[in-house]
Amino acid sequence: MDLVNSILEQLINGLRTGSIYALIALGYTMVYGIAKMINFAHGDIIMVGAYALYVFVGLLGLHPVIAVLLTIVVCSVLGITIEKVAYKPLRNATPLAVLITAIGVSYLLQNLSLLIFKATPIPFGSIIRVPSVKVGSLNISGITIVTLVVTTVSMIALTLFINKSKAGRAMRAVSEDKGAAELMGVNVNQTISLTFAIGSALAAVAGILFISQYETLLPTMGALPGIKAFVAAVLGGIGSIPGAMLGGIILGIIESLSKAYISTQLADAIVFGILVIVLLVKPSGLLGKLKIEKV
Amino acid sequence: MKINKKTIINVIIAVGVYAVVQGLISGGMLSRQMTSLIIPICVYVMMAVSLCLVVGFLGELSLGHAGFMSVGAYSGALFLTHTELPQLPAVLIALLIGGSAAAVFGLIIGVPVLRLKGDYLAIVTLGFGEIIKSIINFMTPITGGAKGLSKIPLYTTYRNFTFVFILTVVVVLLVSNIVRSRHGRAITSIRDNYIAAEAAGIPVSRYKIMTFVIAAFFAGVAGVVYAGNIGILKPVNFDYNTSIEILVMVVLGGMGNIKGSIVAAVILTALPEVLRGAADYRMLLYSIVLIALMLFNNSPIKRAFMDRRNMRQAGRLQKEGE
Repeated sequence: MDLVNSILEQLINGLRTGSIYALIALGYTMVYGIAKMINFAHGDIIMVGAYALYVFVGLLGLHPVIAVLLTIVVCSVLGITIEKVAYKPLRNATPLAVLITAIGVSYLLQNLSLLIFKATPIPFGSIIRVPSVKVGSLNISGITIVTLVVTTVSMIALTLFINKSKAGRAMRAVSEDKGAAELMGVNVNQTISLTFAIGSALAAVAGILFISQYETLLPTMGALPGIKAFVAAVLGGIGSIPGAMLGGIILGIIESLSKAYISTQLADAIVFGILVIVLLVKPSGLLGKLKIEKV
Repeated sequence: MKINKKTIINVIIAVGVYAVVQGLISGGMLSRQMTSLIIPICVYVMMAVSLCLVVGFLGELSLGHAGFMSVGAYSGALFLTHTELPQLPAVLIALLIGGSAAAVFGLIIGVPVLRLKGDYLAIVTLGFGEIIKSIINFMTPITGGAKGLSKIPLYTTYRNFTFVFILTVVVVLLVSNIVRSRHGRAITSIRDNYIAAEAAGIPVSRYKIMTFVIAAFFAGVAGVVYAGNIGILKPVNFDYNTSIEILVMVVLGGMGNIKGSIVAAVILTALPEVLRGAADYRMLLYSIVLIALMLFNNSPIKRAFMDRRNMRQAGRLQKEGE
């Protein structure tokens, strides 16, 4: 009974981290689908979100709800700005140039926050105050419940938005064929901006949930979850939105189980090992489509 | 290698640099700060040149170059601390061990990933750097973990400048000869258009892996020299930042330009020591340089400039033809 309990507990932990990864992975996958590039700076937007929340709540003392909304706005604006300044001029450049620029942006964000907030970790208590719930002999913390609810709602909203709304249809059209979409009267620039805005807003939500869980701010805190979320996006099939959700949750569960039962230090290595195995066995990911290159 | 004017000039430059630095060292004219820079410059030149092979000539982005360096550094250092051979053979064997260990890791990483394209490689190499770090931390009894591997014999400090310098020159020569060879042309053709290269019968995957392994080998060699200079190895010395620093050197040197990489490596290694006061802004500056260079390279201004230059060259050629 104890073993079952402990496994269940790890599964719930994994579900919590995994749903945060899924939120981040959604941003990667949407941007990849539309702009055909990996937005390396995506992980650092999580960090910006966490610091923004800290500034709004911890320093300015705003009401948490307003602070959360402001944080989401800040991150969306940041995402759009990054796209306009750094990625748009490179739309016809080689993938290598775009990738290096994205790394540059990621680095820039990290070092800016390092200069502003210094390298010492800032403790920052969670803004989520929900009592924990006992299910049988299992104790589920408030943060876990909030995380699961928030991510589920965001994912449903996003799926509805992409499948039902006009802007969502434009997004799908642009990701399928940019040129043809433009000819059909879709405003490609606007659609790309919207994608970056939504992706960054999701990253902001992820950042808020992440900081509520770990309660420490660091300029480099976004890098590792960012990379893991990318692994999740690849695992689920990059460019596929259900894939990103599935990949994130699977990855979170694997990570939490290996942390509990194998080794804490090797957990990261196992996560990246999974990436390598996926790329070897099924490069298109679990739900992705394999593209055949035409000359 | 054909002996022409260019070769002679290069030899003169190499000998000149060596003579000046050696003269300064033996004359005791350098401060301690300056002497402490000499070997790191050589190490970073080797790192930049080897990464240049992957990024500049193969056109793939590797973000785990520091990982290969750490594999080389640790394996070479472990050999050096346990061997009882005299200095020269010990160093030579350590270099070989370090390089080979890094090359093996390059193969392990390269085989699954290089069949895919760019973006994946970047992430996997990045992840690989993290894996290496966590494995080194995990194997504390052997590697010393986070506390570091210490008491490495100092065989490659500035007192052995001649040896390190020759090694650096050999690495640079090997890389530039690879680039100029038949294999080098195959590699650059993969960068320019891999579909066309494949259609022309070039085994793309094999060449990609080969390039990757060679670059890893040289990074491992550089790692051994680094270990023999600094005497203590810690996993934090080989993090993501180090890989980015080397990437900045390659990009700043003009991707696919070995001489540029060397100059950039020398400047970027020496600059932070000279500008100590601005240390906080160094990384910020690097990131801005990366973005600005990429934007400039693809901007209309640069294209217009290149067009004008090409036109001028074409005009000159036409005149010569008349």
